[in-house]
Amino acid sequence: MTGPVVRLPLPTEDPLAPPAAWETLRRQCPVARAALPSGDSAVYLTRYDHVRQLLADPRFVRPTERDDAARIAPEGAGGAAATGSGTVALPDRGEPHQRWRRQVGRYFTVKRMTALRPGMVRLTEDLVDAMVTAGAPADLRAALGFPLPVYVICDLLGIPADDRDRFSHWSDAFLSVTRYTGEEIRTAHGELVAYMSAHIDAKRARPAGDLLSTLIEESEADEEAGEDGEEPGREPGLSHDELVATGMGLLIAGHETTANMIGKMVAMLLDDRGRWERLVKDPSLVRTAVEESLRFDANLGFGLRRYLGEDVEIDGRLVPAGSTVVCSMPAANRDERAFAGADDTDLGRSPNPHLTFGVGPHSCLGQALARTELQVVLETLLGRLPTLRLAVPVEELRKTEGLLVGGLSEVPVAW
Amino acid sequence: MKLSVDEERCCGAGACVLAAPEVFDQRDEDGVVTLLDSDPAEHRQNAVREAAAVCPTAAIRVTA
Ligand code: SF4
Repeated sequence: MTGPVVRLPLPTEDPLAPPAAWETLRRQCPVARAALPSGDSAVYLTRYDHVRQLLADPRFVRPTERDDAARIAPEGAGGAAATGSGTVALPDRGEPHQRWRRQVGRYFTVKRMTALRPGMVRLTEDLVDAMVTAGAPADLRAALGFPLPVYVICDLLGIPADDRDRFSHWSDAFLSVTRYTGEEIRTAHGELVAYMSAHIDAKRARPAGDLLSTLIEESEADEEAGEDGEEPGREPGLSHDELVATGMGLLIAGHETTANMIGKMVAMLLDDRGRWERLVKDPSLVRTAVEESLRFDANLGFGLRRYLGEDVEIDGRLVPAGSTVVCSMPAANRDERAFAGADDTDLGRSPNPHLTFGVGPHSCLGQALARTELQVVLETLLGRLPTLRLAVPVEELRKTEGLLVGGLSEVPVAW
Repeated sequence: MKLSVDEERCCGAGACVLAAPEVFDQRDEDGVVTLLDSDPAEHRQNAVREAAAVCPTAAIRVTA
């Protein structure tokens, strides 16, 4: 590989804009060498076809600590999500992963999310009411973007949303790239494991019909069926550690990413008031506008890491076995080769095969949930606050730094 | 238009159901895609093409 080494994360000119380097990289150096905050080096992909192809190839897996993969975070600063740390006891690849995924994934089908929609609408209305009562300007992230997904995922998991300040700290630590010390991360991780473990024990004693209770009941039933030899072919259920890891994973995944996305979506749509006004006039565009916001978001974070267990050729270049590849979904989402007018938002774009949720067997499990929440938020805001606007110039929005996932730390709005 | 789905590939993301709810559904037991209509009428074909394009695992096949 030739060409310069790009240093990640790449700088940007304004908080919603993509790094200028993406365009050049896609054109001149789509298979680039990148230096990560850890000092390790990786291969950095920015073109749509390459990212899509590599992420969908089952031979290339999410690295764990067992692999000799490039690390994102400097020694000690990385949370479990950045290091792929082995304390997360879930089958991460192959058939066992597929089985886990189907066990959990059936709770996130579109049908189930549609059933949750009226509840989400009520919650959103209540949060908007409270924001309006408190008066403008308001921070949309604190008033709506953050609490909504937390309430929804807590409800699904059957855990009290009142603990949300603690979740938020645990979640940040889990996703840390450079924000915390190793000591802080270990403490937060230990607390979260203990919390979830106690929660699972409590559910075991007193099931309550939520996702975790149901998984526990099924796992126990599977165990008994297996022991009695009644149904020898029956799949084994989830162990206690797997249940804890599932609860943690869903809590964190349901937390930060959607909260960030709500803020970024609203900021992007308000950045050009013409977009907002078009949606106020034609709310039937909500579904495609949400997809376009997902595509257009330049602040998704680091991108996905893949470890190559064998040689692969990308764009005619050999990337040798043992390499770590960082796939930039947001750079791919702006690739002219895949999207006509990639640098413009088209609120009615269809189809919109953006890569924001990943692709292939590991693509985001909660995407129907995220999409439903984003649609509900946008619909509600358009209906309730058609005069919504950003209360500060876009350049003054601040990005969250030092975490694996990117967002805006505040989204000040008025109406 | 003829449609088929590959259950083995499907990861249950439901993007197809959101794009074309009259044509795709997901099984309650595991979230895997099911086809409600393998020969969709003209007015649904755009939505179906969109579903096939956005499927993260390329599990939907559209022929002719
Ligand atoms: S979009 Fe693809 S992966 Fe998702 S449910 Fe439909 S067929 Fe399965």
